[in-house]
Amino acid sequence: MAVPIRPQPRTLGDSLRQNGVSRRGFLKFCAATASMMALPPSMAPAIAAALEQARRPSVIWLSFQECTGCTESLTRSFSPTVENLILDIISLDYHHTLQAAAGDAAEHAREQAMHENAGNYLVVVDGSLPGPGSNPGFSTIAGVSNLQMLQETVAGAAAVVAVGTCAAFGGLPKAAPNPSGAVAVSDIIKDKPVINVSGCPPVPMVITGVLAQYLTFGTLPELDAYNRPMAFFGQSIHDRCYRRPFYDKGLFAETFDDEGARKGWCLYRLGCKGPMTYNACATMKWNGGTSWPVESGHPCLGCSEPDFWDAGGFYNAMSVPVGDSGNVLLAAGAGGLALGVGASLLGRHKRAAAKAGHETVTADELEQKL
Amino acid sequence: MSGLDNIPIQVEPAPALARDFGNALPILGEIRHAVARLRHDGEPSCIDLGAMPFGPGDEARLMTLLGRGEVSATVTALGPTHVWETGYPGVWVVEYQNTEAQRVGLQIEIDEVPKILRTQPADLDDTLAALEARLREAAGRHPDGASDSQ
Repeated sequence: MAVPIRPQPRTLGDSLRQNGVSRRGFLKFCAATASMMALPPSMAPAIAAALEQARRPSVIWLSFQECTGCTESLTRSFSPTVENLILDIISLDYHHTLQAAAGDAAEHAREQAMHENAGNYLVVVDGSLPGPGSNPGFSTIAGVSNLQMLQETVAGAAAVVAVGTCAAFGGLPKAAPNPSGAVAVSDIIKDKPVINVSGCPPVPMVITGVLAQYLTFGTLPELDAYNRPMAFFGQSIHDRCYRRPFYDKGLFAETFDDEGARKGWCLYRLGCKGPMTYNACATMKWNGGTSWPVESGHPCLGCSEPDFWDAGGFYNAMSVPVGDSGNVLLAAGAGGLALGVGASLLGRHKRAAAKAGHETVTADELEQKL
Repeated sequence: MSGLDNIPIQVEPAPALARDFGNALPILGEIRHAVARLRHDGEPSCIDLGAMPFGPGDEARLMTLLGRGEVSATVTALGPTHVWETGYPGVWVVEYQNTEAQRVGLQIEIDEVPKILRTQPADLDDTLAALEARLREAAGRHPDGASDSQ
């Protein structure tokens, strides 16, 4: 029996016209897309020309060891907007959190999408996965290990987009002591382009911006050393931060409720990881451009960087060494090793010696020594 | 006197006035260069304010500096787009909103007329075709050439 097929728009231009979008509406869409892709507004006509002919790419979204925060970030973005249009335009053929189908039907949808779009589909992964040497039972879908499902699905893909810090760098599951042996997607996939869209979660417009780039130009974006799109991860939070002038002037908030905090001074001493963090939060912001962590008075946690969870305390200034005694003792204590006892004694000895050796000095005495 | 009255209440002060983090004036300088390019070379420009690291108050400061001119318009396509000329003729603010009136883009266009207000050539083709069809239809309804009452 012939299966009735719903006629699908052939190109994005067809799709938009079918949805009653006027040419002014299309121009607006292109202007917002250029902004989303962090391209100059002058690129809007080129985007319009390319999008007019763009075809719907098939996307298979795999969720492994994750908290669904990345999907929440994407779907809870204010709507209806450009992100939603992009999502309407791509053919999201498998996403086990969002799709209505379950069980065999869901897995069949994935296999069908892989078969029908062999060599051309995009695989989006959120979440890390237990590595080859780990117990695969830590995370399975339909009885299939994450590792096997990733390798099977990626085999016929054009490219892989690792969404979120877990998929990009291992993230929270990989944090010490990494009980599930979590690894990043790029640790497994070596023969396909892997684009890392890190963040915990990533800025929603960055996720769709990468999809829009592929949709618009059929190419993958320029990437940095961590395989992140340069357009969004090319500059540090610190360099794009509106509080940067206060850092340059040496004006810092020392606590969350002091005069400096109220005046919006730099949060470096409260643990801001902005100088080592590359992301688009400072310009794209969150909640429809309303604000972002630093604007609300909280230091950047550095969530788009590898191993941010183990990079010392969130509220320790970057000048505090990561391997401080507290972390060493905690790690050793968790292992219950004899080494821990030794480290503990060593730490106690160091603290006692420092206390005994502490001398106060006045500014006059310092000048005399100089 | 109930126990609730003994709980001290601290009244929150009114929100502090938006502060200027110093990012407005450099944009004004960029606009000045763009106006010079438009005047001397005929080259229009567009500045995406969404890509600027504005702090709270910077945008309001810039808008105050630019002021409001004598032209404003609203385009209704994929939600409203509000367009207005600033106090500096040729410098336009274009605010794109979605259907829920949430901002999806904010740009400064330096041009004689912002692009979104111009009629697209393809739309002119459609207009020609539609008008010709309407006239044919009217002529068919009134073969004696009488005017259509509608």
